[in-house]
Amino acid sequence: MNALLHLLKQNARLSNETLAMMLDTTPDAVAEQIAQLERDGVIKGYSLILNDEIVNKDRVSAFIELKVTPKRDCGFEDLAKTVMMYDEVESVSLMSGAYDLAVTVTGDSLKDIALFVAQRLSTIDGVLSTATHFVLKRYKEMGIFVAEDAVDERSMVSP
Amino acid sequence: MIDYDSLLSDKVRQMKPSGIRKFFDLAQTMDNVISLGVGEPDFQTPWVVRNAAIHTLETRRMIYSANSGLIELRREIADYLNRRYQLSYQPDSEIIVTVGGSEAIDIAIRALINPGDEVLIVEPCFVCYAPIVELTGGVAVPIRTTPEDCFKLTPQALRSHITDKTKLLILPYPNNPTGAVMTREELEGIAEVLRETNILILSDEIYSELTYGKKHCSIAALPGMHERTILVNGFSKAYAMTGWRLGYLCAPAPITKQAVKIHQYAIMCSPTLSQHAAVQALRSCDKEVKTMVDEYNVRRRLLVERFNRMGLTCFTPEGAFYVFPSIQSTGMTSEAFCEALLEEERVAVVPGNAFGESGEGFIRVSYAYSLKHLLTALERIERFIRNRKAAAK
Repeated sequence: MNALLHLLKQNARLSNETLAMMLDTTPDAVAEQIAQLERDGVIKGYSLILNDEIVNKDRVSAFIELKVTPKRDCGFEDLAKTVMMYDEVESVSLMSGAYDLAVTVTGDSLKDIALFVAQRLSTIDGVLSTATHFVLKRYKEMGIFVAEDAVDERSMVSP
Repeated sequence: MIDYDSLLSDKVRQMKPSGIRKFFDLAQTMDNVISLGVGEPDFQTPWVVRNAAIHTLETRRMIYSANSGLIELRREIADYLNRRYQLSYQPDSEIIVTVGGSEAIDIAIRALINPGDEVLIVEPCFVCYAPIVELTGGVAVPIRTTPEDCFKLTPQALRSHITDKTKLLILPYPNNPTGAVMTREELEGIAEVLRETNILILSDEIYSELTYGKKHCSIAALPGMHERTILVNGFSKAYAMTGWRLGYLCAPAPITKQAVKIHQYAIMCSPTLSQHAAVQALRSCDKEVKTMVDEYNVRRRLLVERFNRMGLTCFTPEGAFYVFPSIQSTGMTSEAFCEALLEEERVAVVPGNAFGESGEGFIRVSYAYSLKHLLTALERIERFIRNRKAAAK
């Protein structure tokens, strides 16, 4: 991964000016590189890592394992695309191992998610079974500590 | 009541406590302080090294090693120094594994210095050299370096400090606190002066892996210098292993033969657990070191640029993990600046004069911190400077 992406992954809100200082280049060059990465589809978007404990206390997330029957011609593609069209679905990945699709879903209550799985996901043609795991607590997301900040145990001043 | 002053060693009583300590005590009494004051990496020791230690604990007895250190580790050190810096040391007779670079410095100085011997110390520098020299009865002779010379030692400055009592030159590059490095050509100028003399060099290269752009060169690699150099290095900075307390001293056998006696009586041997882990560090952590260096480099550029823009002129360091901006434009002394910055903005940095008188007018800022931490601290320092300027008008 190039140095610019490495920095943006840590914090996408670093200003072009700060990035330029860190990468020994100019803010205009940084802006152009980012624009190019966006045009090339390398950067697909920018999102936010929230502490749900504070802003969305009642929000519920679940991780769902989906076993499906691949279709002739297109394999798992069609099914994955069907699943990802739902607004409730945050992410969909094709997996190796004991199941096929890993789906994360958020909703306002356990019941919402349970109903979504029962009525929408499990009824999709080709879905063989689902296993739903509710998230109890998040500790780290996209490399960032969300439950509590990292503690610096070093002493304040040392030679 | 016992009069302790009459009982304690005069030399020890005369030792000045580290200038850093005083500042540390002050910072401890305040809340919400954010520090740029440490001299140790913010990274975790690479997992393979920790894992090697766990494995060692599970499978081996924790017994003394040879006084000079595990021969396996000394062989790895010899290989490493050869591979990285084209140095050639005999594992069985020219290497002593010590408790950090600090102990290596201590036993080297004690093995060499007789009362009255003069030791040239390139300043600003790490805090321990002069007190140890004085404890042995030697005379510490500082050689000041300046930003005009990029904080490098020049042959002229060296020559003008040599007397017939000069025994040793302490050469601390890459430098803490300035971040200065010396290139092969510049070291050649120093070597040329020393070749005509009997002066030995204590080359403290603890930051040798942390250089940006230029690869580190050891003065011991120059023609004729192996025989007069005592090389100090260690694992703390390169492998983020400060708490493991492991370093080493390399020197011609007649020197190590004497130094190891002090080590043997004072220390016995370095921690065996750390030694086993360090073998793994040298064998398989080149990639981890590079990742850390790349990360430091990004932070270094940010800090240099931001300090310069604030009007705190900052020499561009090429090694270690410190920047050393001048605060002379504020009209304050280093200590006054640091105290005010701590009081007003709750940011702890180290006054330059803690590293020798020539550090007066500067502050040492460490970038062994996360980017997020650095950006917050920079904002506070910027506000501090702005408020000062506004008050001055």
